[in-house]
Amino acid sequence: METKKAIISVKDLVKKYDDFVAVQGLSFEVYENEIFGLLGPNGAGKTTTLEIIETLRDKTSGEIIVDGFSVDKQAHSIKKIIGVQLQAAGYYPNLNLVELIELFAGLYGANIKPMEMLEKVNLQDKAKAKYKALSGGQKQRFSIATTLINQPKIIFLDEPTTGLDPQARRNLWDLIIDIRNAGTTVVITTHYMDEAEQLCDRVAFVERGQIIALDTPDNLIDKLVSSGFERKKEVKKANLEDVFINLTGQEWRE
Amino acid sequence: MKKYNNLTATLALAKASFRSIMRSPSAVVFTLAFPLIFILVFGFLGGGGTHIDVGITPGSDVNNPVMGMLEKTGMIRLVKDKSKADFAKLLEKGNVDAMIDVHRKVNSAAYSVNVVYTSASRDKGGILKSVLNNIFYDKTLKPTVAEIKESTITGREYKTIDFILPGQLGFSLLSTGVFGTAFVFLSLRQTLVIKRFFATPVRRSSIVIGEGIARIGFALIGALFIILIGHFFFGFTLVHGALTVVNMLILATMGIIVFMGFGFIISGIAKNESMVPPISNIVTLPQFLLSGTFFSIEAFPSWLQPISRALPLTYLNDAMRKVAFEGVGLWDVKFQIMILLLWGIGIYAVAVKVFKWE
Repeated sequence: METKKAIISVKDLVKKYDDFVAVQGLSFEVYENEIFGLLGPNGAGKTTTLEIIETLRDKTSGEIIVDGFSVDKQAHSIKKIIGVQLQAAGYYPNLNLVELIELFAGLYGANIKPMEMLEKVNLQDKAKAKYKALSGGQKQRFSIATTLINQPKIIFLDEPTTGLDPQARRNLWDLIIDIRNAGTTVVITTHYMDEAEQLCDRVAFVERGQIIALDTPDNLIDKLVSSGFERKKEVKKANLEDVFINLTGQEWRE
Repeated sequence: MKKYNNLTATLALAKASFRSIMRSPSAVVFTLAFPLIFILVFGFLGGGGTHIDVGITPGSDVNNPVMGMLEKTGMIRLVKDKSKADFAKLLEKGNVDAMIDVHRKVNSAAYSVNVVYTSASRDKGGILKSVLNNIFYDKTLKPTVAEIKESTITGREYKTIDFILPGQLGFSLLSTGVFGTAFVFLSLRQTLVIKRFFATPVRRSSIVIGEGIARIGFALIGALFIILIGHFFFGFTLVHGALTVVNMLILATMGIIVFMGFGFIISGIAKNESMVPPISNIVTLPQFLLSGTFFSIEAFPSWLQPISRALPLTYLNDAMRKVAFEGVGLWDVKFQIMILLLWGIGIYAVAVKVFKWE
């Protein structure tokens, strides 16, 4: 993280729905090749913000530049260089995974081998399965595979680990770190602070459509500690999730 | 960066959609099974018409007791005021079951009755024959009628299947166009599949056209299947063979495109999947019943006929029957095609307004 070149820059982003202001003046930058976390409670405006950057939603005002392209005028160019995983999105009915990957390859105009894409997310055994027949973790891994088809510079993951068991969650973290290590910038939203702490290089806390803190997880924690905060209960060297993983093993199990 | 190719995207969508349709049981049932079942039932049921249409040869005497007696039977409809050439065609197709020509015999008060039957309508011809025989031996008539001359022309036999099959084909196109399109777009919208597509560089037009190609392709395969089964198992008449099939498929394409417009509208106004069948039925049922799918619309009461004549399926059925049985070219059904086209313009004008992407 030596070069801190911004690949996404959001300035004074505002989104109003009729009488409700979902996003009120957000500004932040995402650096190239980092994992950037947008954290916050439900309804804080995380998904709205992501979808505006992804060119799926119009903004009310503000300026957004993605890899040099403006969302206002160059949405088409942005779509070509990003990969998007939507919260709760479905896939074309009655098709198996290979056929779905072929479909997306056509939509992106990408020349890829479907099996290689599935191998990246360890779903090669499920090539002939329908999306509906996959487990929660497999569905999320498949969604991530579809974001990688156009070899994007940035991928957006909206709550990819919600509803997954601890093993599936940790495996997904490994996958996300691999993707970042391969040179892709990752923007992720999550409700899980342990996840953000483990995964994200920097996080922004969003509350009522505004950013209330933005820094590395370490700095944010240090700041809080230096303000005199102390946990009520002394922290042990492991937590219950560690126990769970230790007892049930960490292998892919779906 | 490589230039983005809209055609690749459209074809990828068409391929995906086609695969999906082929694996969807409801699509296969509506497009193939239902029409085939109806064809089977009506194919074996046979026609149950009780009217015998008898053409009066131009130049024939009309003020004679024979005609009066025929009309009195209540079974025979006398068809007048058509040219000789028209009658010849109608007779050949069995649209009139026989021709009658009555003349006063030279130097006599008695009449000579000349009857021409058609092999296209042997059954009804037979009934007419016995009716005429009864009349001939009727006491009041006997003295005035000297003779009945009978002959039979060979016509093309117009079978029940020739009427039923085009109607079923039209219905199949209607239901696959309306139900299929409405369900697919509503569910793609609701499951956020379309939203995910929008995160790719694909154009909206590619999504609609890709879906359209798949739906049309599927409908045409279904149509071909119905025509071939009808032809080889039930003796459906294809006057010019393969050329007739091609003409029918061209008509089918026009029909499915118009009917898909209804589907786009329904997908836009339906709030959820359970609203699709009732709304779709409002569109399909009246056409199913009133567009001459099972019965000729001439059999309907006269107040109902204008409604029938307003429906697009009526014109598709009409054009299909003319092309298949009478062997006319597409140019000869230009009126029917024009009405379909007008419907198409109207429907898509509404569809553009009410269709929802998200």
